[in-house]
Amino acid sequence: MAEKVLMKGNEAIAEAALMAGCRHYFGYPITPQTELTAYMAKRLPKMDGVFLQAESELAAINMVIGVSAAGKRVMTSSSSPGISLKGEGLSYLAGCDLPAFVVNVQRGGPGLGGIQPSQSDYFQATRGTHGDYRTIVLAPDSVQEMVSLTIKGFELADKYRMTAMLLADGTLGQMMEPVSLDADKIVTFEKPWAACGTGMKRPNNIINSLSLIPEELEQWNLTRFKRYDIVEENEVMYEEYMMEDAEICLVSFGITARVSKNAIAEARKMGIKAGMIRPITLWPFPKKPLLAATEKVKAFITVEMNMGQMVEDVELATRCRRPVLSCTRCGGVIPSPDDVMGAIRKACELGGDAK
Amino acid sequence: MASSQILFAGFGGQGILFSGKFLAYNGLIAGKHLSWLPSYGPEMRGGTANCSVILSDTPVGSPIITYPDMLVVMNNPSLDKYEDAVVPGGKIFVDSSLIERKVNRTDVEVFYVPATAMASENGLDTLANMILVGKLIRESGVVDFSHVDAVLDKIVSARRQELKAFNKQALELGYNYVG
Amino acid sequence: MTTVFDRPHALKDVSLHYCPGCTHGIIHRLVAEAIDELGIEGRSVGIASVGCSVLTYNYFNVDMIQAAHGRAPAVATGVKRAYPENIVFTYQGDGDLAAIGTAETVHSAARGENITVIFVNNAIYGMTGGQMAPTSLPGQVTQTSPYGRDVKTVGYPVRVCELLREVDGAAYLERVAVNDVKNVKNAGRAIKKAFRYQMEGKGFSLIEILSTCPTNWGLTPDKALEWLEGNMIPYYPLGVYKDKYAEKEAE
Repeated sequence: MAEKVLMKGNEAIAEAALMAGCRHYFGYPITPQTELTAYMAKRLPKMDGVFLQAESELAAINMVIGVSAAGKRVMTSSSSPGISLKGEGLSYLAGCDLPAFVVNVQRGGPGLGGIQPSQSDYFQATRGTHGDYRTIVLAPDSVQEMVSLTIKGFELADKYRMTAMLLADGTLGQMMEPVSLDADKIVTFEKPWAACGTGMKRPNNIINSLSLIPEELEQWNLTRFKRYDIVEENEVMYEEYMMEDAEICLVSFGITARVSKNAIAEARKMGIKAGMIRPITLWPFPKKPLLAATEKVKAFITVEMNMGQMVEDVELATRCRRPVLSCTRCGGVIPSPDDVMGAIRKACELGGDAK
Repeated sequence: MASSQILFAGFGGQGILFSGKFLAYNGLIAGKHLSWLPSYGPEMRGGTANCSVILSDTPVGSPIITYPDMLVVMNNPSLDKYEDAVVPGGKIFVDSSLIERKVNRTDVEVFYVPATAMASENGLDTLANMILVGKLIRESGVVDFSHVDAVLDKIVSARRQELKAFNKQALELGYNYVG
Repeated sequence: MTTVFDRPHALKDVSLHYCPGCTHGIIHRLVAEAIDELGIEGRSVGIASVGCSVLTYNYFNVDMIQAAHGRAPAVATGVKRAYPENIVFTYQGDGDLAAIGTAETVHSAARGENITVIFVNNAIYGMTGGQMAPTSLPGQVTQTSPYGRDVKTVGYPVRVCELLREVDGAAYLERVAVNDVKNVKNAGRAIKKAFRYQMEGKGFSLIEILSTCPTNWGLTPDKALEWLEGNMIPYYPLGVYKDKYAEKEAE
């Protein structure tokens, strides 16, 4: 195993992208993800790559579309308001069946919001912008996982010809942890569909999301959703933490899952059997383990840095068989283990009889 | 479970983040689990800054410190803000050149070090932070002083190698200070 | 028997969807001829925009990418940066290039992005049914300026070549028209030169082509050509607005 190094989350994502073979980055500065952009600005020119600071997020995501359409690995990164601007491009990427890797290091919102960490783009990431489409959403909870999920994200994007989004937050982006930069096996894919010149050797390739024939457009969507079904079947990732005997199940992703682990340790000291299911993919959502957990736990608590955006996904996954509470802070405030303990106590009082 | 939660707080420009980085790299060399979490944003440009470092023998849960075992403070607002959060039996390191008041808590160990004045007297302006870190190492044993050279090799940029000796001098001043 | 006139190879053998009398067809042919003559079909990538010309991806015999409204130069930037040896062009209308995509236009020019922009200016939004464009003339009646474009409330038309002339990164800017044979031939020359500049790595070039929209102008094709000559050319004078490498080439 390679020697561990200390890296900020933002820099670790950038380094992992380079490990994954990404040589094209387009971005625009925004706190709290700017270290990623700066890292790429420093590294890419020295490895014959392309770093370009675009005139806007709109331009950046469309440059991503260009490189992706030409068949090469490419990424962009931003923070919440910037991701809104990229929203148009995300829909086009989906409509054109193009792979892309997009990073959102979230900050508080809505509007210009703040610059402190947040998870308030959960809806945006898992639901997206206009049209029927899906985005693979990866939610790391450590700097090490930012590396592994970045490499995985490029692979999934190419494999399914869709966007993989790494959904982090200001805390994960800014914090340093020891990280091992062992390259997992880098999986790549042939791209015979790419628009990079016919070479007069094949019919021309057309990358396009437009159809003026409703039945045709419907068929494109149906085909795409068949692919999404395979993603849902094969690519769900989650962590079960102390769930063997758990009666209270926390559901949390990213940095709040780390806070939740502290709270679980506290709860267990007090004799409360708490555990956690941590979705690592927010889409596809870990529905099966959550449904299975309804057989043994009394209540679920989502722990999030937003107004409880994941609650309804948990309610749907568990088919409301058990109460779903939420422990949330927002606007850039991080819930403390005490906040989470308060929610755990409240869940215990419910007694878990609600059926 | 051996775990230390150390919070550095002061003004931007006092080397708060660097102090934390120094401890974090010590942890890395010692093979510990650790996290380093800075405050970020406008406070970096002259406002208050803080930095949380957790060193542990087991994986670190939340990198956010609610109740520090050790608090290093370099300005009044930081002492006011964090004094009550320190765990009973914890340690507070105060730059007494910059903070005139005493710590109110009686259930913690307090170390007053006139770090800024000492730095100034020894031609080490801007290294008061490292004097406090030296004292913290002496009183907490959280890191092995023998790793200091290796850590400085990692975190002092190659272009500024002359700073290594100054940093080490500051650490030693703090380490040997008896208040 | 000698063939003296044929469809360019870079243009597919399909019927175009454009309205009768629309000059997009001529411009398509000029682009395809340039690609043929320069022998770059196999390494060309075209970027279709949004507007009447959105379906260009069905007409050119080269790899094509359909871009979001206004974003074609950004997409072209991506393709060109990924494969610098490719010849990358955008085909954009006036709404796409000079309204919603102004930032992409100006900044791709400012970067000196080594791409070729084919800018079709017909002073109206055709695809959506005849609304006011950034290039609609003062007083021009459209669906969204039913009393005529009132410059006091909606401002003045954007003259793209004049605007970009001051941008250092732009290498070659020329305004042409396709209202008569002489102008069509001249437009073909300009388009070919713009592609050649890209092949020579000279940077950003844009050919603005004054074009007609008989349907939405409410004119017959021949009257539309007259309207172009009598109204558009005076407001949008033809000529070379910038040529960084001003050549004394025998043309």
